[in-house]
Amino acid sequence: MATIPRSTVEIGYGGSERLTMNMGPQHPSAHGVFRAILTLEGETVVAVDAVIGYLHRCHEKLAETLTYVQYPTIASKTDYVSAMTAELAYVSAVERVGKIDVPRRAQYLRLICAELQRIASHCLWLGTWCMDMGGALGGGATIFLYTIRERELILDLFETLTGARLLYGFHQVGGTRYDVPAGWAQKCRETLAVIAQRLDEYEAMLEDNAFFLVRTQGVGVISRELAEDIGVAGPLLRGSGVAYDLRTAAPYSSYEEFGVHVPVETAGDCYARYRVRMAEFRESIRIVRAALDGLPEGPISSRPGVKSVGQVRIAKGEGYSRIEGARGEVGCYLVADGGPKPYRLKWRGASFSNLAVLPHIIPGHKVADVVAIMGSVDPVFGEVDR
Amino acid sequence: MTLPPLAYHALVGFIVLNAVIGMVTYVTLLERKFAARMQSRIGPYYVGPRGLLQPIADALKLMLKEDIVPTRADRFIYNLAPIVFLVPCVLIFASLPFAPGLGVADLNIGVLFFLAVSSLEIVGLFMGGWGSNNKYALLSAMRAVNQIISYDLPLVFAAFVPVLLAGSLQMSAIVEAQRGLWFVAYPLIGQLAFVAFLIATLAAENRVPFDILEAESELVAGFRVEYSGMKFALIQLGEYAHMIGTSFLGALLFLGGWLGPGADTPLVGALWFLLKAMLIFLLVTWVRWSFVRIRVDQILAVSWKLLLPATLLLLFATGFWVAARGLHGG
Repeated sequence: MATIPRSTVEIGYGGSERLTMNMGPQHPSAHGVFRAILTLEGETVVAVDAVIGYLHRCHEKLAETLTYVQYPTIASKTDYVSAMTAELAYVSAVERVGKIDVPRRAQYLRLICAELQRIASHCLWLGTWCMDMGGALGGGATIFLYTIRERELILDLFETLTGARLLYGFHQVGGTRYDVPAGWAQKCRETLAVIAQRLDEYEAMLEDNAFFLVRTQGVGVISRELAEDIGVAGPLLRGSGVAYDLRTAAPYSSYEEFGVHVPVETAGDCYARYRVRMAEFRESIRIVRAALDGLPEGPISSRPGVKSVGQVRIAKGEGYSRIEGARGEVGCYLVADGGPKPYRLKWRGASFSNLAVLPHIIPGHKVADVVAIMGSVDPVFGEVDR
Repeated sequence: MTLPPLAYHALVGFIVLNAVIGMVTYVTLLERKFAARMQSRIGPYYVGPRGLLQPIADALKLMLKEDIVPTRADRFIYNLAPIVFLVPCVLIFASLPFAPGLGVADLNIGVLFFLAVSSLEIVGLFMGGWGSNNKYALLSAMRAVNQIISYDLPLVFAAFVPVLLAGSLQMSAIVEAQRGLWFVAYPLIGQLAFVAFLIATLAAENRVPFDILEAESELVAGFRVEYSGMKFALIQLGEYAHMIGTSFLGALLFLGGWLGPGADTPLVGALWFLLKAMLIFLLVTWVRWSFVRIRVDQILAVSWKLLLPATLLLLFATGFWVAARGLHGG
């Protein structure tokens, strides 16, 4: 299981010469800027050395220089595929340390956005993952364009809500910055109906396809023990048979009112992770519909509107807040010193811990499986490197 | 006035060569439009009316691009590879008759010539993969050799079923033998052979789901990763020429070639032939844009464990059938 140091290239003449191949950081399937140094025997990977850090932007240091009002928009840049949940993690940490209440309507709005974001993020994951296996010049690109089409619908909803399509700045300490505009709920329901129907189409296209099944079933198996040892989170953990989801294990933002169903698969392979995410799609759709039905009236923020960037001050203290992002547990540890800026901030990215499982499961697979396994982990490198 | 044979063949060869190149450019447009429809896109649209000039623009762009040779490449092999790859891919058209008496050479061993020459492309492919001095290209070349060896046999076996039924290797004779019944409609044998032929064709043409040579998700672009400009264009041209050639062969062996209403006029016959070939091409394209790629070991398993025994059995069965029925005066 141990990885071979990157300088070691063993050359034998018994027909098992090893080849060191660099995959990334500039590579079509690097999902950003991941670098995997593969040691190959023919087509089989015997060791993988994972190198990260190509997208490091000093997020945690940056957080010390920006006020509680300014940082949520920056927080969304850690996990840019699922910006809503990253913002939510930050503001809930601030609210926990500062003991700030969030009105029920704001909690519901946060929950709706988080679940819509999960759908959008899983859409992107499904498309890119299929492209990893099917090629940009093949069936993978077809699925990719379909899922991107559906993701656009969600981004349209977010654009109507916040004016932005990728990084939103929707959350603020004590609530949300915007309320839903007139007619938004109806549009949201229509979008969900479209997506629910298209999900059936994807499943028909993929699960009835023998080639998809042979590429995913039994590939990249993460055993339950390994998953718990490494500390993987989110769909990877649930694909390995652990029914752990922060939305039920430690509910936040009124999740306890919706009775979230946690899908679990026991196989631990790429296909199991795919099944978990497909079930999560449908669960998210159900939660958003229920939240729209029960959306309470009232204020959207417990604090007055922001007039200056230094307006929010948090009493001295520290605390950790965690939420279930699209990729797993996203956490934020915050130390406040009484001023308008945090003294120290630490991000816990789900992609980072999920990526750590790769060197344990890739060896023994073929080169083509490396990208399939990496895609099934669904890393976002903004969140890995921060 | 009749031309001397040499001049006649040179003239016909020249026309066919240019027709092939012209067809390749427009087949790429057809494929892109078709794929765009499948993916709920529009496809090429801006260059010329409804994007009709897009292939010309692409070709011009490729000609103008800088030609880059990697520093540590084996220059001679690297530069030669696209030509070695292209020549057999274009040469296969020499043995194709497009209508009765319309073609470069209607050889009496036409099918054999076609299959033998088309598998020569592997030489150029391997030279490109080796000469680039790139690990992705090298892995791709290794895969290519594996794959072509594995899939040429089923392809030949499947193609020989119509040959047995017609009792001739000559392409025009095979078409004439289908006057009553196209071989694809031949009970059981015809359909099985056609499906096997299509699968083997996909692999021989390196199309998804068997495009492990290109495999851009892991090998970036495979053996042609280091090629740019016109050398890339030549490889692309060869690949599409091979694909169209194989589509024509499929149409000839199974779909009755140029047979159809009004086929006695050579031009109408050629049109029928073209339509049938494009039908096969679109079938292959349809598969390409709806499947994911399978892994190298799975590809070899499909070939050696399933396709090869199946086609061999089919060939034997056809042989017995032909012998039992006493066809071809046997």
